[in-house]
Amino acid sequence: MTNANCDRETGADALRREWLGLLARAAPGALGERMDAARAALGDLPPHRWLRTPETGSVMLRGRTGGTGAPFNLGEMTVTRCTLALDDGTVGHAMVPGRDKAHAEHVALADALLQRDGSRDAMQAAVLDPLAAEEEAAAHAVAAKAAATKVDFFTMVRGEDE
Amino acid sequence: MSEAVSLYEGGFADPAPAAAAAFRGALEALARPGRIERFRDCRPPVGMSPGAGALLLCLADADTPVWLPEGAEDVAAWVLFHAGAPRAVRREDAAFAAGPWEALMPMDAWPVGTADYPDRSTTLIVELGALEGGPPLLLSGPGINGSVTASPDLPEGAVATLAGNRARFPLGVDLYLTAGEAVMGLPRSTRVETG
Repeated sequence: MTNANCDRETGADALRREWLGLLARAAPGALGERMDAARAALGDLPPHRWLRTPETGSVMLRGRTGGTGAPFNLGEMTVTRCTLALDDGTVGHAMVPGRDKAHAEHVALADALLQRDGSRDAMQAAVLDPLAAEEEAAAHAVAAKAAATKVDFFTMVRGEDE
Repeated sequence: MSEAVSLYEGGFADPAPAAAAAFRGALEALARPGRIERFRDCRPPVGMSPGAGALLLCLADADTPVWLPEGAEDVAAWVLFHAGAPRAVRREDAAFAAGPWEALMPMDAWPVGTADYPDRSTTLIVELGALEGGPPLLLSGPGINGSVTASPDLPEGAVATLAGNRARFPLGVDLYLTAGEAVMGLPRSTRVETG
């Protein structure tokens, strides 16, 4: 989702970028469970209407060698995006990897609810914190598995000088 | 809060067929200069005609910055959401420019392409009051069998400007003239004379 109309990134934008990334990276099933938990915490979720129904397409990923070289096209990625508005006009965006439309809807709904003062704290506790913990645990698990296969190379004295 | 969401509304109700039809119309308009095409499917933002809105929706994307006159922030936000196209700040960066004739002048300010890449020019979408009833113009050139008369409501001096654009061929800018749903193509290859 482009954010080009924001000339400079404010603290709120950085925070929103972070939670949109966390929600998009989450496994669709895990996010669905978290949204059920949010529903339990908030009572019924407010009604929403579509501004852009979930649609699947591809985006070109661009990279820079070493982060500083000339940009090049790395490859295409399948994404699903959608936009919705809550009954009070709060707009939530989503762009998630893959073609899971329910995942996109959950992310957009969570994005809108996280922007509202009345629901932010409950969403933070029910959705963002557990997902962040799961993501960190998964990263640790991968790092631990990799660490277990680490090999220390050393050279023994070969005694050729004798 | 309905104000806040309005920029997310409009566009094509049924995007795939409507965008295909609009693209066909955009091709026809440039292939047959002087003929009026109609774009009925687009609900544009306030301050933009349905024809111009449909052209931007089917032609503009993330790689084509769109220049808009000062004060058109709402239109720019609409174009960004629906077409994904950023707003061009400088005229030399614009792939498209949309606005009234006066706002788009002088014509020289737009990129006209280079000898190696004449396609690297700006396409102007000129919002007019009407495409009929203005001073009659005689159009000739590729896509026109002999000559054809068109009478878009262009201001005085426009004929000389368009003739100057033709004189630079193969460089130059291509124009779409729009009024409401009506769109007329005026590519750089068309000779424009007072009829």
